[in-house]
Amino acid sequence: MIAKVIVFLPLLSFIIVGLLKRNFVRSAGIIASSLITISAVLSCFVFYKVIFNASIEEHIVFSWLSAEGLSVNWSIYIDSITAVMLVVISVISALVHVYSIGYMEYDHNLPKFMSLISLFTFFMLVLVISNNILQLFFGWEGVGLSSYLLTGYWYKKASAYKAAIKTFLINRVADVCFAIGIFTIYFTFDSLVFTEIFKNTAAHANDSISILGINMRSIDFICFMLFIGCMGKSAQIFFHTWLSDSTEGPAPVQALIHSATMVTAGVFLVVRCSPLFEYSEVALEFITIIGAVTCLFAATIALVQNDIKRVIAYSTCSQFGYMFFACGVSAYDAAMFHLMTHAFFKALLFLGAGNIVHAMMGERDIRKMGGMYEKTPLTCFMMTIGFLALSGIFPFAGYFSMNAIIKAAYAKNTAIGEYAYSLGVVTVCCTSFYSFRLLILTFYGSSRYPASLSKNINEAPLVMLAPVSILAFVTLFLGIIGQYLFNILDSGEAFWGNAIYVAATNNLADKVSNLSWLVKLSSSISAVIGIIIAYIFYVYRTNVPAILKNKFQFLYAVLLNRYYFDEIYEFIFVMPLKRGAEYLTKLTEAQMIDAEGVNKFAIYPKKCSEHISRFQSGLIYNYVLVMVIGIILIASWYFIAYFL
Amino acid sequence: MQFTESNVDLIHFLVLGAIIFSIGLYGVFSNRKNIIIVFISIELMLLAININLVSFSVFLKDLTGQIFTMFILVIAVAEVAVGLAILVAYYRAKGDIDINKMNQMQG
Repeated sequence: MIAKVIVFLPLLSFIIVGLLKRNFVRSAGIIASSLITISAVLSCFVFYKVIFNASIEEHIVFSWLSAEGLSVNWSIYIDSITAVMLVVISVISALVHVYSIGYMEYDHNLPKFMSLISLFTFFMLVLVISNNILQLFFGWEGVGLSSYLLTGYWYKKASAYKAAIKTFLINRVADVCFAIGIFTIYFTFDSLVFTEIFKNTAAHANDSISILGINMRSIDFICFMLFIGCMGKSAQIFFHTWLSDSTEGPAPVQALIHSATMVTAGVFLVVRCSPLFEYSEVALEFITIIGAVTCLFAATIALVQNDIKRVIAYSTCSQFGYMFFACGVSAYDAAMFHLMTHAFFKALLFLGAGNIVHAMMGERDIRKMGGMYEKTPLTCFMMTIGFLALSGIFPFAGYFSMNAIIKAAYAKNTAIGEYAYSLGVVTVCCTSFYSFRLLILTFYGSSRYPASLSKNINEAPLVMLAPVSILAFVTLFLGIIGQYLFNILDSGEAFWGNAIYVAATNNLADKVSNLSWLVKLSSSISAVIGIIIAYIFYVYRTNVPAILKNKFQFLYAVLLNRYYFDEIYEFIFVMPLKRGAEYLTKLTEAQMIDAEGVNKFAIYPKKCSEHISRFQSGLIYNYVLVMVIGIILIASWYFIAYFL
Repeated sequence: MQFTESNVDLIHFLVLGAIIFSIGLYGVFSNRKNIIIVFISIELMLLAININLVSFSVFLKDLTGQIFTMFILVIAVAEVAVGLAILVAYYRAKGDIDINKMNQMQG
């Protein structure tokens, strides 16, 4: 019952607030925020229940579709993974709702905005609470739809609607693979319900399937297809381009997309399907490589970006790389832990960035900031906490989860594990470097914004500061509590129960506890090195970045332009499509349909009417003449008829 | 009224009516300058028809025709009033009542 309320309150909020008139700004904010807050409180209660009773709740809400042999229900299924996700989603969403009241204060369309973020939350909750993969897919697509609507919220701005379309299309490409994965699951297991699929995984482990004439294990194929879907949603390399463009929307939207909803769906799916992935060694290795590469790749891009939101967006991409390679080395619990901590500190960072952009009247370039410490001390303080957590500094939330992942990668003790480990450690260094570069450039040093703006820069109002402070508070303590609660990698079974399945050969618990202290400390050391470099570059010797930029111009250009991924996609996919469409337009539309078809038929009536319209001289005496001639003709007709 | 011994016959009235009607008709479509004359010509045509009606009424010994004539006269007057009002309004709007310039309906 409680679970149903949790899921349907956001939907109720969507409907009520969506029906409000345009200018009902205040009531829209209050209604939506309070409904979602209730939902958040209830999910904390459910989380509490799941921890202490270790119970799995499963209800069928009602039947969705039933065909020959296939029946799917709308369902509620709560185990420990879902409980964690519920808390993360609903709490962050509630804070974002409250924050939006302040951030979107002057927007008369606030009811629309509020109802859309409620809808976003609803779809994400439907996704995590499902007991079958089809309902999950429904949530998955719904989340994609809402992110499209929200990214394009300022649809009058060309860059915003282009970003929205890009988000939607890239996700569709990945979703095709996901759908194929679902079909194959049904084909192989004859069921779409998770528990039944996982029960039969061992029995079908060596089934093979023929795809385009190539025989392969069906589990491998399923896992690959599902993972490509996850790559799209979680913005892994090759599908990452939409994530940084999504910064075109309002800041609360990014706080949602990048932390709790949308991108977490990919990691959630991999963790949820751990019993499947455990049977596919190849897929796990693929996930590890993609995750590790994305991790470093996105971090290097973030090193040189100047847009405050873009830096944070690329850090999301990079952090999700961590989560995926954690999944790849079978440390699903560490991935979930990092997902949770990351969600809170990333929401903190985006809302903090929103405060700054709000204060700077929409300016997002960190080169034009500086010295914001005096103007916005509280935001500065919270952002520092957020970035310390992102860099993985003890005792902030990021330290525990990131360290768990890096240790797990090393403990895996395979070539790929070590590859992921080394990339991960380098990434920590990059992460702390760009975090502190951003902090120093934004908040410290002398101000670089125009003096005329100086008077208008103020600290954000309480309604915006409060959610940020709550997130900062959570970020401070979540790591320690989580470490204690989840018992990461040590005896993880206690908390996660049967929700996560790790094959006996892949179990890392013993190996992790036997690691040397150097490995355990490696991420912290790397993070400190990154901070020191950032300090040298931007405080101690401020000419160093310029010298490096001149020396490695090519490398700098590549990083600044994000490895030219957008340009390459433009060249490979967009341009040929555009050219082809233009050619076809010319050929079919202009030549065949217009010139030869419709217009040719239209010419004759046009010519006829041109002739006939000459009768319409507009001169009265002409009309009279015609009338008289007509009368005479009619009269003579009767006359002649009479005599004949 | 009795015309029993008169040498004025029905045919004379009809011819008179036809002549007046033709004059009116000619006036309507031969006139290319003045719309007032067009009006007068239309009135002339109506009167010619009235002559027809009255003469038939007399020769057929049926009063309906003459009563009908009274109706037509009243309606003709009303029609002239409306027509002249339109003309005045038209003159105010365009500053001219030249027929040759009233050709905005030209296709």
